Amino acid sequence: MISFSAVSKRFPGGKDALRGVSFAVEDGELLFITGHSGAGKSTLLKLIAAIERPSSGSVLVNGQNVGALKRAAIPYLRRNLGLVFQDQKLLYDRSVYDNVMLPLAFSDHPPREAARRARAALDKVGLLERERANPIQLSGGEQQRLAIARAVVNRPSILLADEPTANLDVDSAGHILDIFVAFNRVGVSVLVATHDLALVERYGTRVLRLAEGRLLGEGGGG
Amino acid sequence: MRSWLRQHRLALAAAIRKWRAQRAAALLNALALGVALALPAGGYAVLEALDRLSTRSAIDPQLSVFMRTDAEPEAARQLAARLRGDARIHRVRLITREEALAALRGTSGLADVVAALGSNPLPDTLVLTVAGSSDGVLDQLAEELGRAPGVALAQVDALWARRLAALERVGRLALALLAAILAVGLVAIAFNTIRLQILTQRDEIEVSKLIGATDGFIQRPFLYLGLLQGLSGVLVALALVGAGLTLMNTEIVGLARSYGSEFRLPFFSSGEAVALALIAGGLGWLGAYMSVSRYLREIEPK
Repeated sequence: MISFSAVSKRFPGGKDALRGVSFAVEDGELLFITGHSGAGKSTLLKLIAAIERPSSGSVLVNGQNVGALKRAAIPYLRRNLGLVFQDQKLLYDRSVYDNVMLPLAFSDHPPREAARRARAALDKVGLLERERANPIQLSGGEQQRLAIARAVVNRPSILLADEPTANLDVDSAGHILDIFVAFNRVGVSVLVATHDLALVERYGTRVLRLAEGRLLGEGGGG
Repeated sequence: MRSWLRQHRLALAAAIRKWRAQRAAALLNALALGVALALPAGGYAVLEALDRLSTRSAIDPQLSVFMRTDAEPEAARQLAARLRGDARIHRVRLITREEALAALRGTSGLADVVAALGSNPLPDTLVLTVAGSSDGVLDQLAEELGRAPGVALAQVDALWARRLAALERVGRLALALLAAILAVGLVAIAFNTIRLQILTQRDEIEVSKLIGATDGFIQRPFLYLGLLQGLSGVLVALALVGAGLTLMNTEIVGLARSYGSEFRLPFFSSGEAVALALIAGGLGWLGAYMSVSRYLREIEPK
């Protein structure tokens, strides 16, 4: 479970990315966060993963105040989260397969188990036949799916995705969201930040709307 | 435990991969480190050899006490007995004037000279070996004994050995300073090369950190890389010092033989080589540690 209470984030230079945001996400929920670029969507996701720390208020993830976590404890928080970054952060010096293996290297699985998990993750996003390719050879949608495979390979209980459908055509974007919905069905909590309202409305789930760092309200067809 | 070992094995394998990926740079690095290590290591080898030379018992600093020729024969014996009880003195050897004359007579070509002398011109002599070899004690004893009854002269021998020892102390100090400066240089070299290596892998480090790698996991391959660099420098240094000593020995053997000595500059013992490897490997590790932890702090969000 994730809960924000009166969370504000001010960056050096005085820009307020979030102002007094409070909400909660239940286990196994699928939640969209929408708003224009600069509305604070990315910052909100980064606070959950302790990539940023709140200026005030508290962010709880599974009962842990992540804003107050010690530096040494942060990696263990992140291993329980699947992160899909806005810029994907794929490594182009290695194969698709090795990209997915990266999180398994430090979560310490026996080699055979790691290989099995990596292939299972690639299979779920439909990239198993491309495991030997270099990410640079993949299409935009395939690269995004690879980023998702890497995020889920450690079987996280929470999946966070920042603009996963940006720059994708409608079909590819739909395909990506379907993948998230499928993970949600097997019990993973999924938070997706997107500016694409039209796409979100098709799913009829809960939506948080952000504007200039404030929570405007909740919508959705729930 | 098994997973701990696996993590380290993987980190070492990654370090070796990184190292081999830039063979030319790694080789130049090993040379730079090797030269930096060879200077103090070579200096150490030479000083150790000189140390062995100057502390050989034959040239131990000694004190010769010559009695007056008109002194009572008992005076030398009494003085010897007194000095045997002195804690500062390690050994007392009494050479009576008769023994000295007999020795002189035994020396080839001098028997005739001795026979021509008529009376024995040689004094009773005490040869003292001082416990420890501090100059102060030696000089103080010489002064004291010079004033003792029946003593004609107390003379400190092996002055050249003392000078050599003093020179050696100066050499050791200079060497320690040089080693300290070069150790800092070594850390700096490791820091910089690891920093370059980090920058080529910036993306991997950033992603790893973002998806849950501990700092330790990220650091480990770089620490091994620093260690490997230090060790490669040791190999170069050992080769350089070995070649240098061999070259110097070709000259030294001839020189030493002219003094009737088998002296030569010995190479490091295996213990010394291991110590050098530990020090250089440790310094490489330290430079890498400073470099990578600094980088990890830099990319830490505030």
